[in-house]
Amino acid sequence: MPQHIEAQYQEILNEYVKKQTEQNLYVGQNFSRQLILENISPEEVISMHKAAIRELYSDLPDVVWHSFDFLIEMMINYGLALQERQSLLKRQEELKVEMDLAANVQETLLKTKLPSLDGLDIGLLSIPAKKMNGDYIYFVSDYDGYAGVAVADVIGKGLPAALCMSMIKFGMDSLNSSHAMPKDVLSVINRIVEKSVDDSMFVSMFYANYDASAAKLTYGSAGHEPAILYRANTGGFDELEAKGLLLGVSPAAVYEEHSVTLGKGDMVIMMTDGVTEGRTEEGFIERDVIYELIEQKKDEPAQAIVQHVYDELERMQNAELQDDFTLVIYKKV
Amino acid sequence: MSDQSSVEILTEWDIVAARQLGRNVAKELGFGTVDQARITTAISELARNIYLYAGQGRIEIQQLTENGMKGILIIAADSGPGIPDVRKVMEDGFTTSGGLGAGLPGVKRLMDDFKIETIQGEGTDIRATKWLR
Repeated sequence: MPQHIEAQYQEILNEYVKKQTEQNLYVGQNFSRQLILENISPEEVISMHKAAIRELYSDLPDVVWHSFDFLIEMMINYGLALQERQSLLKRQEELKVEMDLAANVQETLLKTKLPSLDGLDIGLLSIPAKKMNGDYIYFVSDYDGYAGVAVADVIGKGLPAALCMSMIKFGMDSLNSSHAMPKDVLSVINRIVEKSVDDSMFVSMFYANYDASAAKLTYGSAGHEPAILYRANTGGFDELEAKGLLLGVSPAAVYEEHSVTLGKGDMVIMMTDGVTEGRTEEGFIERDVIYELIEQKKDEPAQAIVQHVYDELERMQNAELQDDFTLVIYKKV
Repeated sequence: MSDQSSVEILTEWDIVAARQLGRNVAKELGFGTVDQARITTAISELARNIYLYAGQGRIEIQQLTENGMKGILIIAADSGPGIPDVRKVMEDGFTTSGGLGAGLPGVKRLMDDFKIETIQGEGTDIRATKWLR
């Protein structure tokens, strides 16, 4: 124990013993912070206290000194608990750094490039609720007039979800074709997920492929949130549903696929349940609210629309995202 | 140079005897009250582990003199089942005795040096030293 600390303690204690003011207590409490910063354990504080009292009042009865020794004994485990806490905090800090690194790796690894097709305007926004994003978007396009997109939501969050996504990504890469049809893409990824992933982890996925020459969008779904179709000529909204089990449930799962042809100004809005299952004080956000938000900006570029939907939904939820939020818009222009 | 004496651990009361032995030696060596309390807490923890997990064993206390430094060495030896995963019991937050015991990481913190050797089915030998400053 550094001597200047002992001297300072004795002085502060002496002030208080002479005059029991709030001011003197306050000084003492500030001093205790310094003790903590210098890693001085509770048992050492009591030992220091005992020494200070001995200096000031040497003629106290033995019972007092014995009681301090007893108190020192009592404090040893508290001191250990404090040290353990400090070491756990340090460990936590290290884990946090590791998680940040992992999140960066995930971001780099899972990067996807927005396709650029004549006549198709794409908007994309994906915001994780926590560090690691459990939503996954992957575009497949090789400049031949097709633009495939996978919107996936890994049920289960954090690290395991991120690892699972890498698997989906490599599965998609292995298909290596923007012409691949949704039902085939979904069955291939389903088999990969089913083989490699823990039973408790499931993935929902929506896969859509847009053929620019025919302005035709073909889509399939593995237990995923239905997409929204906006028709510019009627101003109406529809849901794009397709039957199919979540990925990873059964190797024999079969996936439907359907097609829609898009006219000028039509939009297909794909999303994860973080968009629809946002909660406000009044309850879940209704689909109508999302329709309305899209409607408000329907003449703007796709990116402006997704941003608007996000901003407004975030505002309604007091800036507290409950779940990862992902929105993709294909807009025929 | 070393002086030694030991206590067999068979019942919970032997833990107290081991503490007493450790305290006497620590006091004799000139350790202050706080360090005495730390040394006896370490002995308690080690003796308790023997009592709870090995059933029986021995706590040995030695006085050490090395390079002009004086110290105390606690040896906790048993022929119990051994510790299957030493790394785990040395982790913070892993409490073996189910209570809020200091555990082996606690013993390591209370002392200056800590060595553990354990063989499954043969037993455990822990040596912990504290030097007088």
